[in-house]
Amino acid sequence: MYRSHVLICGGTGCTSSNSGKILEVMKEEVAKAGLTDEINIVHTGCFGLCALGPIMVVYPEGAFYSMVRPEDVPEIVQEHLLKGRIVKRLLYQETVQEDTIKSLNETDFYKKQMRLALRNCGVINPEVIDEYIAYDGYQALAKCVTEMTPEEVIKVVLDSGLRGRGGAGFPTGRKWSLAAANKADQKYVCCNADEGDPGAFMDRSVLEGDPHSVIEAMAIAGYAIGATQGYVYVRAEYPIAVQRLRIAIDQAREYGLLGKNIFGTDFCFDVDIRLGAGAFVCGEETALMTSIEGKRGEPHPRPPFPAVKGLFGKPTILNNVETYANIPQIILKGAEWFSSIGTEKSKGTKVFAVGGKIHNTGLVEVPMGTTLREIVEEIGGGIPNGKKFKAAQTGGPSGGCIPAQHLDVPIDYDNLIAIGSMMGSGGLIVMDEDTCMVDIAKFFLEFTVDESCGKCTPCRVGTKRLYEMLDKITKGEGTLEDIDKMEELCYHIKNNSLCGLGQTAPNPVLSTLQYFRDEYIAHVKDKTCPAHVCKSLLQYYIDPDKCRGCTLCARQCPVGAIDGKVKEVHKINTDRCVKCGACMEKCRFGAIIKK
Amino acid sequence: MQKRIGNLPFKGTPEQEEKLLQVIESHKGQKGALMPVLQEAQEIYGYLPLEVQQIISEKMGIPMEEIYGVATFYSQFSLSPKGQYKISVCLGTACYVKGSGKIYEKLSERLGIGADECTPDGKFSLEACRCIGACGLAPVLTVNDEVYGRLTEDDVDSILAKYQD
Repeated sequence: MYRSHVLICGGTGCTSSNSGKILEVMKEEVAKAGLTDEINIVHTGCFGLCALGPIMVVYPEGAFYSMVRPEDVPEIVQEHLLKGRIVKRLLYQETVQEDTIKSLNETDFYKKQMRLALRNCGVINPEVIDEYIAYDGYQALAKCVTEMTPEEVIKVVLDSGLRGRGGAGFPTGRKWSLAAANKADQKYVCCNADEGDPGAFMDRSVLEGDPHSVIEAMAIAGYAIGATQGYVYVRAEYPIAVQRLRIAIDQAREYGLLGKNIFGTDFCFDVDIRLGAGAFVCGEETALMTSIEGKRGEPHPRPPFPAVKGLFGKPTILNNVETYANIPQIILKGAEWFSSIGTEKSKGTKVFAVGGKIHNTGLVEVPMGTTLREIVEEIGGGIPNGKKFKAAQTGGPSGGCIPAQHLDVPIDYDNLIAIGSMMGSGGLIVMDEDTCMVDIAKFFLEFTVDESCGKCTPCRVGTKRLYEMLDKITKGEGTLEDIDKMEELCYHIKNNSLCGLGQTAPNPVLSTLQYFRDEYIAHVKDKTCPAHVCKSLLQYYIDPDKCRGCTLCARQCPVGAIDGKVKEVHKINTDRCVKCGACMEKCRFGAIIKK
Repeated sequence: MQKRIGNLPFKGTPEQEEKLLQVIESHKGQKGALMPVLQEAQEIYGYLPLEVQQIISEKMGIPMEEIYGVATFYSQFSLSPKGQYKISVCLGTACYVKGSGKIYEKLSERLGIGADECTPDGKFSLEACRCIGACGLAPVLTVNDEVYGRLTEDDVDSILAKYQD
């Protein structure tokens, strides 16, 4: 028995801010203090509050230390672990109360969350299968193969109302029953962990924090449809996730939870990893399977659907990581329990990776039907520096921007589509008044131009032309006619592209045109960028009332565009100015303004 | 995405080739083995020059045209050598709205190289990458496997200085 547990986050966010070193120092210090037998140090997955990383939680007190540095560790060991005095200065400020600490579940960030897919993240050590088993791990698989028929398993998933978490929201149970109905000598179960959507890291966190839940669910899927082989297609850019997945698969094999005759039955199932190689289109199901086959990851037309003819020409199901992470609990707690959470047509919870201009960047899991306002203002803690909310972008390059007037719409698959965006995989980027919506549309189009596989013309050529028109507008060379033409082109690309990438690529343009048309018009008609982002439309000036003539700006200017003598008002020579903004950043009197 | 083909002469060693042959052997008979072989080959050589693709083509019995097709399709595969220190600036959405574009520009200016280029001394190479998933620390960049987060433009010089011997 340990008297205290120290949980140190080992997710990518915290690892990037040096939590590996903290773990090392903690082990040393605990050994030095002779506490090795009393203190259990656990390297966990993501806690969600990445903005405050590296994170360390000490139980039984539940002290939530944030932004811990390696040099803070000896103090935590000496004060907290040895003397039982919590190190207040390192606590997450929200949890500090006069003489006690608040439980994490009472803080604004966690209060409204409901962690189902993330239930074990930040709780167990993902590299130890026994910890997963202690939290009911592999019980669902045991129940399926020993007590249930494949048809019963599919019925539970169907009745739960679970829909694909990868973005499109296709009912998972329907997918399974289609594949189960097809007779074949070999079938496959695939997991889509190719999280290419920039700004999204839900799947990565699940794989890093709870890889066994995905493996268990894939085995359940294999039992349900009659497959014996599974593949996880995971991004090579996620080294920690890949490593934990490898460890998890090895441990599952060692325990006989993967391999031949699982739980002493006739059921055999194994899982292999395939690494993605950085192609966004491979998130599309047919492209992903072509990529596993070792070819250029180009999509192909459906039908035939993968449930009929998928990987290596065999019936295949493909689900997303987060979808799988929900399965074991649905089996254990029942379809009714799951379908009692969420809205009428979207059941359960959704994980969002909240980023951009918001206080609490990180991972958030909320019941379907939670409003955007709750996520942004309450859980996310609002916008920093007193700026105003402008839009939230969901669905990545396939989604759209949601303006302030829709902040109170309950989030589910259908509502998001109705307001011109989509659920996507769950990236949620918050933008404030300093973000130019035309520039953002251009940013996403640049991405799709780059990632278009080139197989079909509407996507390959269409997105390029769309990008060129946006570029023209951000340079102040666009006309009102361009805006209309652009809109028309968007519909052509949407209606005629082969796969999801092209069909959704114009969404960022369409949604910004829908809600922020005035910004486009300002670029075209008034030749100004209201958010002061588009360089070609900007000019820097010095406010003569504020300038003290300190010469700092003139010394900073890389092109010598600022004239002025000491203690005299300076002036920017706009012909020479390259608009780098270095002067504005350095000025201590706020005398430099951009218009 | 357009791929830049390196113009430096191929400098593979017999040891590297031996390793490559072992890799090919270990994937023999496996379905869809080309991608894992290319990934491991890139780990051995640091990039995928035509000479290496040629060896893979011969040993695996896959036409060169198909291998070249795969190698140029995926952004992870590089046909030009990387620097000793590979700098990747994240231009994913979360980093972009927090100003990673400016950090990228400053690095490009300081190093005097553009995307996917290498400094003449072979020390630094620069690339823009898509989301590495550390959005909570945006904006971020990586130098080899080292991650630098919560950056401002002012950090660029001090990061570069760390790698100047």
